Amino acid sequence: MSDDDKNPTTPDASQDGESSASADGTKKAAESSVLVGGSDDGGDAPTSAVTGESGEGGEPTTRSEDARSMLRQITESSTLVVILAILASLVIGGILIILASEEVRTAAGYFFSRPADTFSAMWDSVSSAYSAMWKGAFFNADADTFAAKVRPFINTLTMATPLIFAGLGLGIGFRAGLFNIGAQGQIIMGATVGAMVGFMWHLPVGLHLLVAILGCILGGAMWGFIPGILKAKTGAHEVITTIMLNYIALNLLAYLLTLDAFQRPDSDNPQTPILDANAQYPHVLGESFPLHLGFFVALLAAWGVWWLMERSTLGFQFRAVGANPSASRTAGMSVSKSTVLVMVIAGGLAGLAGSAQVLGTQPSLTTGIAASIGFDAITVALLGRSRPLGIVFAAILFGGLKASGPALQVQAGLPIDIVLVVQSLIVLFIAAPPLVRFLFRLPTPKHEKEVTV
Amino acid sequence: MKNAIRIGAVVAASALALAACSSAPEETTSPESTGAATSETSESAMASVDYKACMVSDAGGFDDKSFNQSGYEGLERAESELGIEINTAESKDENDFGPNIDAMVADGCDMIITVGFLLADATATAAAANPDVNFALIDSTVDPAADNVKPILFETDQAAFLAGYVAAGTSESGTIGTFGGVNIPPVTIFMNGYLAGANYFNEETGGDVKVLGWDGETGSFTDTFDDVTKGQTAAKGELDQGADIIMPVAGPVGGGAQVAIQDNGSGWFIGVDQDWTKTTPDYTDIILTSVLKNIGNAVFDVIQAASVDGSFDSTPYEGTLENDGVGLAELNAAVPADVAGAVDGLKAGIIDGSISVAVN
Repeated sequence: MSDDDKNPTTPDASQDGESSASADGTKKAAESSVLVGGSDDGGDAPTSAVTGESGEGGEPTTRSEDARSMLRQITESSTLVVILAILASLVIGGILIILASEEVRTAAGYFFSRPADTFSAMWDSVSSAYSAMWKGAFFNADADTFAAKVRPFINTLTMATPLIFAGLGLGIGFRAGLFNIGAQGQIIMGATVGAMVGFMWHLPVGLHLLVAILGCILGGAMWGFIPGILKAKTGAHEVITTIMLNYIALNLLAYLLTLDAFQRPDSDNPQTPILDANAQYPHVLGESFPLHLGFFVALLAAWGVWWLMERSTLGFQFRAVGANPSASRTAGMSVSKSTVLVMVIAGGLAGLAGSAQVLGTQPSLTTGIAASIGFDAITVALLGRSRPLGIVFAAILFGGLKASGPALQVQAGLPIDIVLVVQSLIVLFIAAPPLVRFLFRLPTPKHEKEVTV
Repeated sequence: MKNAIRIGAVVAASALALAACSSAPEETTSPESTGAATSETSESAMASVDYKACMVSDAGGFDDKSFNQSGYEGLERAESELGIEINTAESKDENDFGPNIDAMVADGCDMIITVGFLLADATATAAAANPDVNFALIDSTVDPAADNVKPILFETDQAAFLAGYVAAGTSESGTIGTFGGVNIPPVTIFMNGYLAGANYFNEETGGDVKVLGWDGETGSFTDTFDDVTKGQTAAKGELDQGADIIMPVAGPVGGGAQVAIQDNGSGWFIGVDQDWTKTTPDYTDIILTSVLKNIGNAVFDVIQAASVDGSFDSTPYEGTLENDGVGLAELNAAVPADVAGAVDGLKAGIIDGSISVAVN
């Protein structure tokens, strides 16, 4: 155990792990098999084949290597850790809900006179909050009709749709070793181009939607291509370039919205006309439910990304470059081509996230069109460990947290901030697997990777 | 280290214990307290109307020192004076607008007040889906107009005209300034009125006061309602160009102008939306006046009409100088007496239409 504790920050020292494991014998192997089982649950066991080999000795550890290994550590933390992180954040969220509750504070004022009041107020505040969260995000048993009962979950799926798209794009980048922060700008550009197609052109049913979707993909892909080519040709770091491109996209959109061509007739508000009905995703469950075709496009995209990354040669190249660019170059792969392609695909997927907004739930372009999806999607991608299935589930979890916001405020009277706190706590715990292992006294999984290989 | 934690824990625990020593409230208070509440509100002769008014903010939230906050204050006033139920939801971003309104409908609200033009589409959709619920939309109309949506609009240029006149008459440097948060009509309407008021002063008195930051078409904008330092930068720029009175139309970002003016050592500030001598009392000595946009009163009036009198229609509420929907806060004593004395005459002229507040 003590051996483990000394170097929890160097998960890639796989050789070291190997030797200590063999030295310490069977007890530790049994302990860590729990974690191995956990990571198998994610259905991604074969995927670490490339990344598992990368840490082998002798390589100089540069700063970017460190960053990459940190990223890998986060993306490959086990399912158990993810679940425990969610649990821990709900517990701490509960404590914050108690602290934020006025009833609890009032009752605590006379704690020694009647302590039961304090505890019942605590219980009331937490249970009402989490039951409102459940009712707002999943299933509202209090509603009269079946449609109203399942409506919360439909809302959750709708909210999850743009997060799935953008999370998929970012996940590809993370596995290819690119820390793309630019989803926000790519969403904005995708939504802008898609919206222009949607309200400036008037095309027949079917065709219009298709062209508008292509416009979204094109806009996002273009905004992904720029940092990709800059990185490939000049080595400019994608973190800096994508952040700057986020600002450029936002302010470009703000400028466009001051032009008459982008405003509604007889109005100076920075808001485009509502897109043609032909250009909007049809509502698949009837007009009373917000769920639109985009959700199924997102599932299709998730399958496509899985196929690309796990079954195609191109995906293998992406992963190889992500694991070890030098070795990939030696093996005859083009690192620059991979970088550019990854960014273009990631941008296209982020553009589709823009389509879920502008062709789906918000059929009018404003500067707030991307909300905070581009940044939430980073969390979603990390939470889903950059794997398509994981991203879909993580996006649905986040969609649920978002969808529960109104219920938390309106029914439980909690500020929206608490939802954000819980979300942020999840991220915090996910990003620090050692913290979760410490909290729950889990052993450090040293040879998790060798076993998954 | 461990000792420090222990000591800290003991201190915290004893503090909590001390705080928890007060006595428990009596349990049978409910009839008395409702009685007290009734007597308080009896002057409106309407004890606890069975009515629920709800409000959905835009992304600014109810603490934005601007229209969300003013609207919220009107809602709270309606709760305490009319005895109605209220509920509120803040939107974090545009994806929340529709779901928040839907949650209010599900919560059984009789009237849902939505704040800002960004909520216009979501309001129109919800209004069409829920014809039994009344909606009021602040600062925007819905297109096409709906029978159950009442737009609440303000002719703030009337009040800003007075501010522009007062600023031009008070300025010693002959240059006054303004800047906006974002170039949108609810912001530029203030700047138009301000410019028109200054121009009117020039025409009347043969003066030559220049207005920085807005020329009727384009002007200076911080492009944010959040980043107060940008307000400081914008104000500093205008002070450096010789302006000695600045009216920021940028919500809390306007506070940056107060800092810039104070650092500058001279100059005056004109607030908008609320009376800034009340919201920022520390700066009272540099606040010349404030252009009031009484959203709270409007919200209260609309709720009162609907809940107490049972009357609701889709005719827009227009806040004007005449109905005190907009106005000018008390003038600082630094305003020359002849200028201050002219304000009432101007106000009457604007109300009867003899003075145009449009920019020529």
